[in-house]
Amino acid sequence: MGETAGGVSAAGAVAAMTSVGGVGGLNAASTTAGVRSGIVGDAIAWLNDPLNWTGKHGILALTVEHLGMSGAAVLLGVAFALPLGLWLGHRRRGGQLTVLLSNVSRAMPMLALLTLFASSAIGFGNRAVVIAAAIFAVPPILTNTFTGMLEVDADVRDAARGMGMASWRLLWLVEVPLALPVIAAGVRTAAVQVVATVPLAALVAGGGLGVIINTGLATQRYGQVLAGGVLVAVLSMALEGLLAGAQRLLTPRFMTARPAVRRPLAARSAR
Amino acid sequence: MSAGQPPNPWLSWAYVEHNWGDITTALSQHTTLTIQAVLIAIALAFPLAVLARARPRLAGLVLGLSGALYTVPSLALFAILAPFTGIGRTTVLIGLVAYALLVLVRNILVGLQGVDPDVRDAARGLGYGPTRMLLGVELPNALPTIVAGVRLATVSTVALVTVGVVVGYGGLGQLMFRGFQSSYRAEVMTASLLCLALALVFDLALVLLGRALMPWARRRAA
Repeated sequence: MGETAGGVSAAGAVAAMTSVGGVGGLNAASTTAGVRSGIVGDAIAWLNDPLNWTGKHGILALTVEHLGMSGAAVLLGVAFALPLGLWLGHRRRGGQLTVLLSNVSRAMPMLALLTLFASSAIGFGNRAVVIAAAIFAVPPILTNTFTGMLEVDADVRDAARGMGMASWRLLWLVEVPLALPVIAAGVRTAAVQVVATVPLAALVAGGGLGVIINTGLATQRYGQVLAGGVLVAVLSMALEGLLAGAQRLLTPRFMTARPAVRRPLAARSAR
Repeated sequence: MSAGQPPNPWLSWAYVEHNWGDITTALSQHTTLTIQAVLIAIALAFPLAVLARARPRLAGLVLGLSGALYTVPSLALFAILAPFTGIGRTTVLIGLVAYALLVLVRNILVGLQGVDPDVRDAARGLGYGPTRMLLGVELPNALPTIVAGVRLATVSTVALVTVGVVVGYGGLGQLMFRGFQSSYRAEVMTASLLCLALALVFDLALVLLGRALMPWARRRAA
């Protein structure tokens, strides 16, 4: 990270803030206001410094790393959850399993999984993060795949069987195409969630954009912390918007998924 | 792990015994933060939901905004808040309240909107005013959805508190992080299990509370 004058002054400003906190009184409010604009200024200065964008630990490199880790985690999650969901949905059973999984994943803190993996034989760093994020990607993909398969009209399945379709052909030619919008919605939810989870990697010596926040906190450069927070938030929201748009464009009009299924706000776990 | 290193078990009663003070401190920090955040969020969410229901346009705005805010990762939110609210409890609490609020407003709104119009009509026919209607008819009818929302918000809050470790106030997350830094497996495992157990205890307590609040639901089921 580039050393900027702004970063140093932020550290000073925070020192001032903490000393003011002890004194309290009338001038506390005005000083806090001054600190506030100072930090925003520092954040803008930090973002404007080209040195912070380029290089091995620049914003661009960290974003690429962030997206790479997220992609790997989503792929892992899909590789596990998609076949399982298709099979369970095709068989019309296992609903309780999917509910149980998403409930447990909601109560399980990402940090717990991360630190557990990082302390185990998996070791700290990006590998632990990718595996942990992949585990959190499983419930939304599994739930949506299962739901999508269940929602395929029983009459349609019957008709396909009546036409002499074997189990495999029924799955590939009838059920999967009809369930695809819901499945894709699940992958989208998982992808957004993973991108939002990966910043925690920095806590266990991993990479990605969380590094900016973590380094800023460790060195008390709060302008940098703010800039990192904004970058992570913007990345998550941009991805969500992008995927939502892609889904709208790619889904044929006649088979748009119902909003309730498309966006299970409830099914997200803590990150 | 090579043979020369001392054992580093995942579960160790000795750890619990020697660090009892730290564990109870972290646990109580975690518990009080969760309870406080959820209570504040309920107090804020209810008027917001009632307001949003009265104005459908506002409801769209509230739901859209809460959906967008929900995509902001907690680490980013804490990072954005920390420079202004300082390192410590306030920052974590604001973040927790924000996320719980998003879940609760949605659920309360959905619950209120789901009240049978016939029931509302009947109450109006009986001479119920807007306030009595809300508290005496709509609220009890929406209670199952609201309780479901509170359960969801509470369980996610328990998990979310751990991220507070970045501003030094993460409850059990503090132990997880310390255990990771010093490669103390028992500490990481104990804190993780306690965190899961805490979520479970809260959830069970809310289920029981829901039953106590809604005796009619049980009777109908039986």
